[in-house]
Amino acid sequence: MKEKTRLDDVDRNLYDFRYEESEEDFYKVESGLTPGIVEQISKEKNDPLWMRDLRLASLKVYEEMKMPDWGPSLDGLNMDDIVTYIKPKTEMVASWDEVPDDIKDTFERLGIPKAERQSLAGVGAQYDSEIVYHNIREEVAAQGVIYTDLESALHGPYADMIREHFMKLLPANDHKFMALHGAVWSGGSFVYVPPGVKVEIPLQSYFRLNAPGAGQFEHTLIIVDEGADLHFIEGCSAPKYNIANLHAGAVELFVGKNARLRYSTIENWSKNMYNLNSKRALVEEGGKMEWVSGSFGSHTGYLYPMTILKGDNSKCEFTGITFAGAGQHLDTRLKIVHSGKNTTSAVNTKSISKSGGIGTMRSSVLVNPGAENAKSTVDCATLMLDSESCSDTIPVMDIRTQSADVGHEAKIGRISNDAIFYLMSRGMTEEDARAMIVSGFADNVSKELPLEYAIEMNNLIRLEMVGSIG
Amino acid sequence: MSKLLKIQDLTVKVKDKTILRGINLEVGKGETHVLMGPNGAGKSTLGNAVMGNPNYDVTEGSVFFNGEDILEEDAAERAKKGIFLSFQNPIEVPGISLADFIRNSLDCRNETKTGIWEFRKELEKQMKILNMDGSYADRDLNLGFSGGEKKKAEILQLLMLKPTLAILDETDSGLDVDAVRTVSAGVREFQKDPDRSLIIITHSTRILEQLHVDRTHIIVDGRLVESGDASLVDRVNREGFVKYAS
Repeated sequence: MKEKTRLDDVDRNLYDFRYEESEEDFYKVESGLTPGIVEQISKEKNDPLWMRDLRLASLKVYEEMKMPDWGPSLDGLNMDDIVTYIKPKTEMVASWDEVPDDIKDTFERLGIPKAERQSLAGVGAQYDSEIVYHNIREEVAAQGVIYTDLESALHGPYADMIREHFMKLLPANDHKFMALHGAVWSGGSFVYVPPGVKVEIPLQSYFRLNAPGAGQFEHTLIIVDEGADLHFIEGCSAPKYNIANLHAGAVELFVGKNARLRYSTIENWSKNMYNLNSKRALVEEGGKMEWVSGSFGSHTGYLYPMTILKGDNSKCEFTGITFAGAGQHLDTRLKIVHSGKNTTSAVNTKSISKSGGIGTMRSSVLVNPGAENAKSTVDCATLMLDSESCSDTIPVMDIRTQSADVGHEAKIGRISNDAIFYLMSRGMTEEDARAMIVSGFADNVSKELPLEYAIEMNNLIRLEMVGSIG
Repeated sequence: MSKLLKIQDLTVKVKDKTILRGINLEVGKGETHVLMGPNGAGKSTLGNAVMGNPNYDVTEGSVFFNGEDILEEDAAERAKKGIFLSFQNPIEVPGISLADFIRNSLDCRNETKTGIWEFRKELEKQMKILNMDGSYADRDLNLGFSGGEKKKAEILQLLMLKPTLAILDETDSGLDVDAVRTVSAGVREFQKDPDRSLIIITHSTRILEQLHVDRTHIIVDGRLVESGDASLVDRVNREGFVKYAS
């Protein structure tokens, strides 16, 4: 009988590249956090007064709140070491040619401008804390669609709309890192789709965290007005540094009456990253929220997508995959609140763990007293690629109405030797056989992604599986 | 003439239990051999050991394919050399379509990319022979297939991958009369090429009624107790395996 060896850690060289810049190229605030630093950020960003007050109030909440103690350990994260605000010495531009070469080089290697040329209606690229590039196709802009960076929108015609929505779904007191986010947020996108407008091709934003020891706190605010339709894609990555990096982003999504928003995200952080990302959607009557989420990198991940089905007949679908490798602990807390009548939610997640990686999937469905005829199905499947890896599925259901229909299904599996032998007997190597089974397992998520992302995800899986056989 | 497959003194253990006890068997190019025997005699073990299933531990003996000792090679290498095993209970693989699975297997065996159009045309042709609905090509591999559909999918792989030696493990078990007829039509298609050899493992004889058979072997309790020509099949049909009981 052939001995099978343990799966190796992943060679991430392909994604861990970075451009070597000198430190002088950047404007940085001192490590650690004080009211003085927050005021400095606020001044640097030319905040309106209400925003400056929101930052300082958030800082107070941050100082008073305890570190979360119910999820993966955050002991490796020293907040005093995280540089909160790093601004590349460049202004935002709308032409790719004007982006400084070193930054352009990084994004070119990630294929961002190419993706824009091929299949996107608009692209925003954020490098460390600031958006460095923003562009939207003319025909989309002509429909009245707004896609810009949040900072400049704060001084434009949509300032009041932003003030009305900003951190209303995710208030500072939600958890300690949301408070931190409120104090030091920087960069991110603002999208507004006017009533009845259907954006035919996706908008995309891409975040890149490049400086060592940096924190990225981008804020995404998307408002899809009545009867409108949008697909928004977010991609995130960071090269590998030895100092712990922090990402505490916030995504607030407002789905209007009979509107539809599809929000797709592929996060591929380096493995020293603490990714504490909160995302929340509010869905009005007849609206539909669709989440597609792929989470690959990071050392410790707290991912919190939450959907509030406020209006009657509103819907939510969540399709997600996580891949936890050596040294990784990915904790996903998915929450759906049914408040309106005849609301439906469908959750379908896949979790893969290997080489001692830990994947935790918490799903929580709350059906409020007035939410008659609410329907919810939660389906979580996990695949462990070896015996050192770990996977947990923790469902919580809180049903406060008589007429709800709520179901949960969890499957936990390993790749059987019989399956490997079956595939090998057709000519595939053991490595190919394993990769094919894992790709198949992830298939219902890849199907939901735009083609180039589906290819990237399959490449990532293949990359994770390469060298897995000794 | 050198034999395509030459098995010598093969002894095989599964989880420390000896299943095969010194099997000798030779299969020439273009020959069809039938392996019969009661349940638990070790017929499937022979198929798995020749294919290289790591759960089957070869403790003694040797297996030569085209004159080469293949016992050190894994299943993928043996497949590339031209050996194929049709499984008694094919595994269900979610997320991989039957067509993608076959195409991927072809790419791995030939170490080239198969053109999508010629592949699809060939697949369609072979599915017609097997009376398979075209929609099966895009369904997840074996997932939710009935027993008969799974066996047809195995024979479809046989016809697409075109090995030189195919071992069919209980391909007829659990099939109704019509399905057996269809499957044996597929096997006859495979036999058309005079260079291809077959080992048909079965404990009934229905699948053999319409097939040309060169040699028949009876395995009982891990030993090859009798070999003969096609007429041995008829005798087993009449008398069963009782006479071999010890």
